[in-house]
Amino acid sequence: MAKIEVRNLSKIFGKRPKPALEMLREKHSKEEILKQTGLTVGVNRATFDVHEAEVFVIMGLSGSGKSTLVRLLNRLIDPTEGQIQIDGDDLAKMDDNSLREVRRKKMSMVFQKFGLFPFRTILANVEYGLEVQGIEKEERQKKALSALELVGLNGYEHQFPDQLSGGMQQRVGLARALANDPTVLLMDEAFSALDPLIRKDMQDELLDLQAKMQKTIIFITHDLDEALRIGDRIMIMKDGAVVQIGTPEDILMHPADDYVRRFVEDVDRSKVYTAEHIMVRPETVNIEKDGTRVALQRMRDAGISSIYCVNRSRELQGIVHAADIAEAVKRDERDVTPYLHRDVPTCAPETSMHDLFHMTSTSNVPIAVVGENDKLVGIVIRSKILAALSGEEVNTIE
Amino acid sequence: MSDLWQAFYDWFDAILDFMPEPNLGQWIEDFVDWLQNADFVFDGIRGGVAAITNSFNFTFGLIPPILFILILTVLGYMLIRKSGKYGLPILIFFGLLFIESIGYWDDLILTLSLVLTATLISVILGIPVGIWMGKNDLVKNIVTPILDFMQTMPAFVYLIPSVAFFSIGIVPGVIASVIFAMPPVVRLTNLGIRQVPAEMIEASEAFGSTSGQKLFKVQLPMAKVTIMAGINQTIMLALSMVVIAAMIGTDGIGRQVYYAVGRNDMAMGFEAGISLVILAIILDRITQALNPENRK
Repeated sequence: MAKIEVRNLSKIFGKRPKPALEMLREKHSKEEILKQTGLTVGVNRATFDVHEAEVFVIMGLSGSGKSTLVRLLNRLIDPTEGQIQIDGDDLAKMDDNSLREVRRKKMSMVFQKFGLFPFRTILANVEYGLEVQGIEKEERQKKALSALELVGLNGYEHQFPDQLSGGMQQRVGLARALANDPTVLLMDEAFSALDPLIRKDMQDELLDLQAKMQKTIIFITHDLDEALRIGDRIMIMKDGAVVQIGTPEDILMHPADDYVRRFVEDVDRSKVYTAEHIMVRPETVNIEKDGTRVALQRMRDAGISSIYCVNRSRELQGIVHAADIAEAVKRDERDVTPYLHRDVPTCAPETSMHDLFHMTSTSNVPIAVVGENDKLVGIVIRSKILAALSGEEVNTIE
Repeated sequence: MSDLWQAFYDWFDAILDFMPEPNLGQWIEDFVDWLQNADFVFDGIRGGVAAITNSFNFTFGLIPPILFILILTVLGYMLIRKSGKYGLPILIFFGLLFIESIGYWDDLILTLSLVLTATLISVILGIPVGIWMGKNDLVKNIVTPILDFMQTMPAFVYLIPSVAFFSIGIVPGVIASVIFAMPPVVRLTNLGIRQVPAEMIEASEAFGSTSGQKLFKVQLPMAKVTIMAGINQTIMLALSMVVIAAMIGTDGIGRQVYYAVGRNDMAMGFEAGISLVILAIILDRITQALNPENRK
């Protein structure tokens, strides 16, 4: 069973939302509803599941309803309609007391502008969630200190938030959210207010922490790069509605519609694609079977100046060049082995495209992609990298 | 043409004749008379206010002037220790010494007691009202015009009902001061509560605070600076009102000013006036120094 199940969750801003809900059911657009009823649609019948211990990224441009949606999940905003099941309990129908318990024990939130209390020390900020539960001072200080240590901020506990940099302040925000050991973390554009470099560090750190903690994280962002970096699955929203849910690869390779496609166009693909995505099936010569004439013929047919050589079990042996082989044919030698160059550039199927750039720029032969047991599974040629970067179709990986 | 005008005037007169003459003054007087039926309530208030004022006055009166001056000077020094603005303790020391030397010490103590009583009551009543306004738009819409009324009505007018309910002396003076001085602390408490950034409210709610925890752990601490500014203004207004209250027999430095005006006594007028100015500046600077925002 999923950790959080959201079904037909809608939020209409304004008094008397009934007519707008009707229109949503009849699939009218956000603009039409605004024009006819004067009501603003915040979230439009969102349905999705969040699994235990995954990083679920909700992405969309500003005004797409993502911030409203995350606030519906802990009911900072009350939903107009729909269900939010967390561990099987419907949050949307909870009374104030049970809701408070969920907020205290199960869910914490990290805010875009940190939301720290400036009149409290760092330690007192981190203690806040425990303090409102009425936990003894000694115990909550101990928990708060270990949360601060988790985010690498020990030693700062007696400073005030305005004495810290933005990145450090957000660590405090993260520590505060972790202090009461929730199972669900809601992160609302948590890194958007940070400098790009700091942001990247924080993303890495979050992933490191996540590897240890295994929380269910719901992360809101408007930045696709960020979404692709940290998300196990991504949900894309537009005008309050869910457009697509999928893994980063799904989203990149099979955009559900033009909206998603436009999003994906700008993404830095080099960080997402691997050698496996862009490799092509190579022409090869089996050195145990084929001779120089066959090798030369294959190079001529394919219009290439060198060819990779394998043995019967397709293990990579090396590369031969057309010029050498042509000489050998003239001298009527059959065996290609003497002309074999064993020193060839190789990479694994998981090698990122980013790393491949560097290799292709220093090598004048294609890069051999070597899988398990030294098997040659493909080659990467420079033109294919450029094509993938410009948004052309790439291989699908099963 | 003139016939037409005449017809219009006649018509207008007829309407005016038909309408009852509004007698607002009479109505208010009747209302105040009727309120006096609840005499026991006003007796209670009178007793309470007199008790607070007298206990301030009695306590301050016990302390010899020079000791009082030294205590306040040290207090002033402690307040400015971090900012290093030495003007405050120097002002307190020489200012109060001057008032003592021209023979206004007893009046000063009484005036101070009146101001403190009026401020105390204003704060105790005003902050809860301000908090309520800050949390509820309807309350804000109802209270705001009342506050406008309280502040724009000429201060002297409050003296009349005060006398009607509480006769003359110290108590009606304090009551009139409370009415006149309360609006700033109410307004600024409301403002302070409303100015707390939305994200902080969300943070406090997202961690499961009750609304009481939200108020005392987040909203009030965040609003503290603004509320302190309101209390500072309330003290200043209370001081100005206890002087006017001399007209209905409230004692203190105000009484000396009032006498001086009646006798056209320039020497006395300025001595009393300057004493008031010194007290006002000291009260203002002390409350500003108490404000954490100004201490840095």
